[in-house]
Amino acid sequence: MNKKKSVRPATKTQQENIAGKIIEVNNLVAHYGDRMILNNVDMDVREKEIMVIMGGSGSGKSTLLRHLMALERKTSGTMRILGKDIDELNRIELQELRKKMGVAFQSGALFSSMTIGENVMLPLYEHTKLDKHTMEIVARMKLEVVELGGFEDLMPSELSGGMIKRAAFARAIVMDPKILCCDEPSAGLDPVVASALDDLILEMRNATGMSIVVVTHELESAFKIADRITILDRGKILLIGTVDEVKASKNARVQALLNRIPAKDFLDPEQYLSRLVGTNSEGRERL
Amino acid sequence: MNMFQIKRFGIRIAEWVGEETIAFLEGVGNGGVLLVESAYWIFFGVREKQVVRIDAIIEEMMEIGIRSIPIIALLSGTISVTLTIQGIYTLRVFGAESQVTYGIGFSIVREFAPLITGVLVAGRSGSALAARIGTMKINQEIDALKVMGINPTRFLVVPSLIAMLIMVPLLTFLADIVGLLLAGLYVNAELGISMAAYMHQMINFIGVNDIFFGLLKSVIFAMEITVIAVVNGAAVTGGAEGVGNATTRAVVQSITAIVLTAMLVVLISTRI
Repeated sequence: MNKKKSVRPATKTQQENIAGKIIEVNNLVAHYGDRMILNNVDMDVREKEIMVIMGGSGSGKSTLLRHLMALERKTSGTMRILGKDIDELNRIELQELRKKMGVAFQSGALFSSMTIGENVMLPLYEHTKLDKHTMEIVARMKLEVVELGGFEDLMPSELSGGMIKRAAFARAIVMDPKILCCDEPSAGLDPVVASALDDLILEMRNATGMSIVVVTHELESAFKIADRITILDRGKILLIGTVDEVKASKNARVQALLNRIPAKDFLDPEQYLSRLVGTNSEGRERL
Repeated sequence: MNMFQIKRFGIRIAEWVGEETIAFLEGVGNGGVLLVESAYWIFFGVREKQVVRIDAIIEEMMEIGIRSIPIIALLSGTISVTLTIQGIYTLRVFGAESQVTYGIGFSIVREFAPLITGVLVAGRSGSALAARIGTMKINQEIDALKVMGINPTRFLVVPSLIAMLIMVPLLTFLADIVGLLLAGLYVNAELGISMAAYMHQMINFIGVNDIFFGLLKSVIFAMEITVIAVVNGAAVTGGAEGVGNATTRAVVQSITAIVLTAMLVVLISTRI
């Protein structure tokens, strides 16, 4: 990264501009097999807002993000994205909706058989009638935004972890989406690169006005970029609020998360004993 | 072993049989859905503004077909010569070694060329396809395609399927020619039958329908290889080890399917 720009969270005026709900989730219930992952989740993301979803491992935050991207089938509940009820969309309408969303996955999910430039160009190639030269210019512009100008001919395997994540951002924003979803953007990166990615997220929101949903468990990163934070715990929403509201929360589990204290679950001694010896609740031996 | 252990063992066996049966039926169902979905994208992709890219098909054809030519030519030639050596040795008992051309002609065109090609493509391209799809799945590349509004079946599977359907019959035809030619050279050297006479016998004996029979089988093999590779690749879980397991499973299942299909087809065709 060359010149360090000063990037700050949304100003008061920007906060005021945060308007209507762009994503609305009501009573969302989701299962993996028999296991309930999300339990009656209610949340929303507003226009031009950076919403950070936090929670411990296994709290359901990545599953919630996958639902927000309409990648998973929910058990029940309703979800409206850009004013459209997901359940009422046919395949073509869903495809059109997805063109308005960009995603930067945790691993980057760049196509290893394509160069960085081809990766960034792919959505344009598939969804627009632009000629190749114009697509190359657009891809180069987006790579410049993430400070990867000149890297378009390299393969993903030739980039560092931080560069891969930035290239994934470039691909995610190439169609100028209204919503950008980021799964653990700073996971596995050194603090300097992670901080630069946080700045990039803020810059992108400030420059384009897109709504950004970020899943992270990095407290420092969340506090730096979030307009609001949703805290998930074992599939349930614990708290939704601004950074100050989260910090001021008296909820024991929120405080445990903020202070990095492992939450101890109370386990009924009888349940613990039966689990240990392999018997069910009626005392019968499990096969 | 007490009664309780016997009961537990019995239940585990029943569970295993049940799970394997469900997995098999699920695989067959997924394969069927995949074929239908692929056909949909081939014929109606334009309507959904998602056409199957010709350049992607050509790329796959290069990988599946052109790069397989040396190994297919080598193995079909070697197996045909082996078949000829064994045929001459067996027929010599009856003093009928000059009749070997009939046996090898029929065997190569109807059975061995499609079988060798199918097995080689399954091992080479089927495994590569399963590994590619599996790796893309664990790297979330398939999710990335979905979120970009790109249908993974249309983008990843259909080009491979079309390339297989074109290249496997062409490779089979190549295996026919190389096999018959090398068998002819051996017959010429061993029995002194001229190449012209050998070719004349072959043309008289092998009908166009025999060649089409072999090519039709190769089309079925092409479908089986693609569907099995994609279904296994798409079912990958658990990282690199999962990809390795899926690749092995895809090759074993493809070869099994090819051999079983070959047997069933010959069984049916010789009875009607």
